[in-house]
Amino acid sequence: MSDRALGRVFGLHVAVIAVLFAAQFVLPPYDHTNVARILVLSVYALGYNVLLGYTGLMSLGHAMFFAAGMYGAGLPVYYLGFGAPGALAMGILCGIVVAGLFGLMALRTSGVAFLIVSLMFAQAFYLASLYFNEITLGDQGLILSGKLAALEFGGTQVGFHEPALKYNGALLLFAVCLLGTLVLRLSPVGRVLIAIRENEERTRLLGYDSFRYKLLSLVVSGALAAAAGATYALLFSYVGSTFASILFSIYPLLWSLLGGIGTILGPLLGTAFMFYLVDLASGWTSAYLFVVGVALLVLVLWFPRGILGTVRARWLPWLP
Amino acid sequence: MSFGPHLFLALLEGTVTAFVLAVTALGLSLVFGVMRIVNVAHGEFFMLGAVLASLCAGLVGSPLGGFLFALVAAPLAVGAIALAADWLVLRRLDYHPEGTIVATIGLLYILQQAVLTFYGPDARPVTAPVYFRIEFPWFGYSGYKIVVAAISALLLAATWWLLTRTRLGLYMRAAQQDLEMAQAFGVPARRVYAIVFALGAMLAAAAGVLVVPIQQAHYLMGLDPLLLSFIVVIIGGLGSVKGTLVAAFVVGWSDGIVSVFFSPTLAKIVATLLVAAVLVVRPSGLFGEERA
Repeated sequence: MSDRALGRVFGLHVAVIAVLFAAQFVLPPYDHTNVARILVLSVYALGYNVLLGYTGLMSLGHAMFFAAGMYGAGLPVYYLGFGAPGALAMGILCGIVVAGLFGLMALRTSGVAFLIVSLMFAQAFYLASLYFNEITLGDQGLILSGKLAALEFGGTQVGFHEPALKYNGALLLFAVCLLGTLVLRLSPVGRVLIAIRENEERTRLLGYDSFRYKLLSLVVSGALAAAAGATYALLFSYVGSTFASILFSIYPLLWSLLGGIGTILGPLLGTAFMFYLVDLASGWTSAYLFVVGVALLVLVLWFPRGILGTVRARWLPWLP
Repeated sequence: MSFGPHLFLALLEGTVTAFVLAVTALGLSLVFGVMRIVNVAHGEFFMLGAVLASLCAGLVGSPLGGFLFALVAAPLAVGAIALAADWLVLRRLDYHPEGTIVATIGLLYILQQAVLTFYGPDARPVTAPVYFRIEFPWFGYSGYKIVVAAISALLLAATWWLLTRTRLGLYMRAAQQDLEMAQAFGVPARRVYAIVFALGAMLAAAAGVLVVPIQQAHYLMGLDPLLLSFIVVIIGGLGSVKGTLVAAFVVGWSDGIVSVFFSPTLAKIVATLLVAAVLVVRPSGLFGEERA
């Protein structure tokens, strides 16, 4: 890729981050919190998209990684009095360990079998979070507010209840993960991953150990999901087993499909679009599962490329 | 009660679970074997069967009449829904493996929401159509559960007969072995696919009708049978009927034993880890033939 093209790609993504930063000064309070939530959840979708969009592995068990990050961060805060940075690190570490162990077993299978195995493992994880309810309190969950020490910036204390901290914390995580994913996509490793998506047999023939690359992709994907889970726990001070349920594994699939599989900005668009669609729909019906179901059907039947995938195919072929 | 009778109770419960599970999983296995697609909405067909049975029990006065009516009407209604789903969605996707998974997930949520909206969030009990107890020296056991096992065995035998002794079964086996060759010999593939999808759904619905007097009908009840069917189909090998039966008993008995001696949640975790073990040793399942 030429320097000019590279500049254009990075310019676009930095501009998106800048717009999101500026948006916090004009958004009404209600949308302010919503956008903070959307940013954290898009990191989850970004991670999902690394595996599905750039490696071609579809998983139905990503809630396991999200919840590993959430519990990995939340339990030390609740029981051991960890601060936010340590808890975040613990959460991401848990995600990496869970994804690595899962990958070593599940990547022996591929295609549909991989899908089912990921679903099964995630369900075992969910059941375990219910089974150990003396620690996790299961569905009821743990409330972290009051347990988490405020952060200090140059002498001023900023508590986790401050909307500004929620927004900028979410944005910082999103910016790091977005640019990180972009760098990975453009790096030689990213190209091998895409080669595996397109034709695994041929990639192996060229001398690449596809198992190791797939494992790497799964671990990166799991780490991003866990980072999102850990940040969600810290910023919105709640840890509960609902976030490990199957519906929560389906969401990132839906968001990635909607935004465009294999596009860097697609997960953000998909998450935001779906979030506000459900929000809007809840105004006239409580049947939000219906919205989720119909959206999945419509996307897969008539709109398989998603929003950005269509934009790329029609107008902007350089979009990563 | 000492260890022996406990174990006997566990095996008895496990056998009943295994028969119902075998019927449900056979539906999933047939659909996967012949059509090569994974139907994530399979558990919702089970749930629809149970919900329709509870509605039938409300319509028809006597429990036995309601049960017999439901045993015929519910699978037919669910089969019609499955035919519509095949015609409107799956066929348009050309039975693409991953596309159909996403589509059936969508179907799952649409069906769940429809039942929640029109049937309500409550779990509703249904009186058993027949009531008698079998007295063992240590405990009495519900006779209806034995009836459930017997009807399940009949359904399994009927499916086996359909597969091995009829022209439709021949078509199904031909499509499973080599679709292009089967089509070259005049097997109407589209029609066979539609019938198989409906048949799989009907088996799940019949299992739902059978368990509703034991379990209660609820809009979220489809998830457990779906996951257990996945476990059975993976252990038994995707698309293998004999394997499905054996695996249903492995899962049913281990579920019964762990549930009686420890806890049902632990039983499900154990079953899931059993799958992991199987996959690490043999990625294609215990009975599955190697597939390119």
